[in-house]
Amino acid sequence: MLRRLGQLFRYRGLVQSLVARELKARYRGSVLGFFWSFINPLLLLLIYTFVFRYIIESRAPKHDPYALFMFCGILPWSWFSASLIESSNSLIAGGNLIKKVLFPAEILPIAAVFANMVHFFLGLPILAAFLLYYGRPLNVAELLWFPAVVGVQLLLTLGLALVLSALTVHFRDLRDILSNVLTFWFFATPIIYPMLLAGALERRLLNLNPFTHLAISYQEILFYEGPFGHWRWLIALGAASVGLLLAGFFVFDRLRDSFAEEV
Amino acid sequence: MIPAIEVSHATKVYRRYSGRRQFATLKSALLTGSLIRDLRPEERFTAVEDVSFGVEAGRTLGIIGRNGSGKSTVLKLVAGITKPTSGSVRVNGRVSALIELGAGFHPEISGRENVFINGIMLGLSKREVARRFGEIVEFAEMADFIDAPVKTYSSGMYMRLGFAVAIHVDPDVLLVDEVLAVGDEAFTHKCLDKFAEFKRRGKTILLVTHSLGLVERFCDDAIWLDGGRVRAAGDPRRVVDSYITDVEKSEEAQLASEAEKTVAGPRPSAGDETPWTGSVEGRWGSHEAEILDVQLVGPDGTAAHIFQSGEPLEIRLRIRANRPLEDFVFGIGISNAEGVRCYGTNTDIDELTPVRLAGEGEAVFRIDSLDLVEGTYKLDAAIHKQDGYPYDYHRLLYTFRMKSRTRDVGIYRPRHEWRFAGGATLTTGSQKPG
Repeated sequence: MLRRLGQLFRYRGLVQSLVARELKARYRGSVLGFFWSFINPLLLLLIYTFVFRYIIESRAPKHDPYALFMFCGILPWSWFSASLIESSNSLIAGGNLIKKVLFPAEILPIAAVFANMVHFFLGLPILAAFLLYYGRPLNVAELLWFPAVVGVQLLLTLGLALVLSALTVHFRDLRDILSNVLTFWFFATPIIYPMLLAGALERRLLNLNPFTHLAISYQEILFYEGPFGHWRWLIALGAASVGLLLAGFFVFDRLRDSFAEEV
Repeated sequence: MIPAIEVSHATKVYRRYSGRRQFATLKSALLTGSLIRDLRPEERFTAVEDVSFGVEAGRTLGIIGRNGSGKSTVLKLVAGITKPTSGSVRVNGRVSALIELGAGFHPEISGRENVFINGIMLGLSKREVARRFGEIVEFAEMADFIDAPVKTYSSGMYMRLGFAVAIHVDPDVLLVDEVLAVGDEAFTHKCLDKFAEFKRRGKTILLVTHSLGLVERFCDDAIWLDGGRVRAAGDPRRVVDSYITDVEKSEEAQLASEAEKTVAGPRPSAGDETPWTGSVEGRWGSHEAEILDVQLVGPDGTAAHIFQSGEPLEIRLRIRANRPLEDFVFGIGISNAEGVRCYGTNTDIDELTPVRLAGEGEAVFRIDSLDLVEGTYKLDAAIHKQDGYPYDYHRLLYTFRMKSRTRDVGIYRPRHEWRFAGGATLTTGSQKPG
């Protein structure tokens, strides 16, 4: 298995070009092309700003502008959920490659995760611009944690993506189950509501959700004032994610030989 | 010599799931516990069974066999796309598989970008693709279109580009699965030239094809797969010959069973003494006399349905007169598959005068040399009165096939020879076209 992981490193060039292909193909033929990666999150943010300023009054104190608070969680969530949906379908969509070309199949879900990570990165400048515009204090010591949070999310997403892509080949129902689970999961994460509105019991339940800790980490680093206090949770989640990634790769490797037959 | 490919006792079993057996409902599936059972494979299908062969570096092996005999599975095993259920497959060196050309091309992006991605998928580094890029484009004859999106390509362009990339991976072992069947003439020649160049440079090639001529001309060895097992291996000519013989035999069996059906159909049941006077498609007449059976007999004296051009042939009619007759004519006609009458005659035309037909008998029409070109032919046989009133007419009811080593065209092959004089010099022996 370690040898396989090493082999994966050799294929980084392929992941790179597949991600580039994915991004190029997505905007090919549209007039604004690559700018959509900026425009989409920008429009989303503007809509939220309008809604929470003029229509819904926020119940949470010290969360102004509320749209910006939500956006800190929604941007990474979009990366997470789009990655899982795309990667669960990636082996079936790339069936031609798996059946006809000697090709390390794990490249496909991995490329899906990375392609969505690029979209996430392209949304960050928009987020940063609004944070500066509203004068949120950005602390350099806190920002140093930001790459760590992204890294933990990457590990977690990759682990889940590998398992889901491999299992979906055998149980196609997973694709539909997944989209429903993700809707539930979104609301079970403190993204559109702050954690401090939750009661003691809800809080305990929310803590079981791994994405809670990612969302809180992003919010603490980017939105809230004060030092980054959630780092213990983050490190624990990071360790668990490494375990999940290894387990995910193990499952994928065990099912690998069946792909060419089942796809 | 180190073997470039070594396959030993490889067996590949595919699982088949039945699509018919659906869960009644999820609830009942869970209640009866049949969920797990229904997900289990219903039957197993052995695509390749205990196949062993080795190819030394620098040699070319051809794999022939009918559809579904496991050829492509063997190729996939060697390519490493699937793993054998048991046994082992070892390949030394870089493998490139021409199984499907341009697999993985993305339609939206340009040919240039696809060449890079495809090359990297096939195991090249980005720099290596860049170095070979010019060569690839030139080989594919795509210089004018390389920056257009692949979705605008014709299927020929698509294939050429796919082939060009795969061949420029510069593999040590090249696996080819019937890709030549899809190109135009010029492209096929170009591919063959490229293969020849590969051979010269000491690369190993594994070729799966239905083109037996290509195997004979091009391969150093051949194996014949039948039902997932190796039926014959060794010298390509010998393997191809035994394969052809076997194919003829099974065609023979098929024609025989068809012939049986046509004769069995309209015949009256045994012991029924009243003359049968119906008419079915392909057979009509008063049945005062009947053709009970038509046999085609080759030079070895046994009934057959496939004959070599130029061999003698006997058409044997077993007949029975249901009442004594004095006015009767036996007739024979041969038509080709397009319905063109190749030859027809009868005893009246051949100036034979009927005397008496009573009880059972036999009429034999002997051809010393059946000089028809390769193809499928149909036979008429008839007994009728001199004025044409039919007793029993069998129209196009019997099928036989002519085989020939010569590829001449038309219907009839006259006995012939060539002679030359002056500056024209030719020698015997030909290059068989692929």
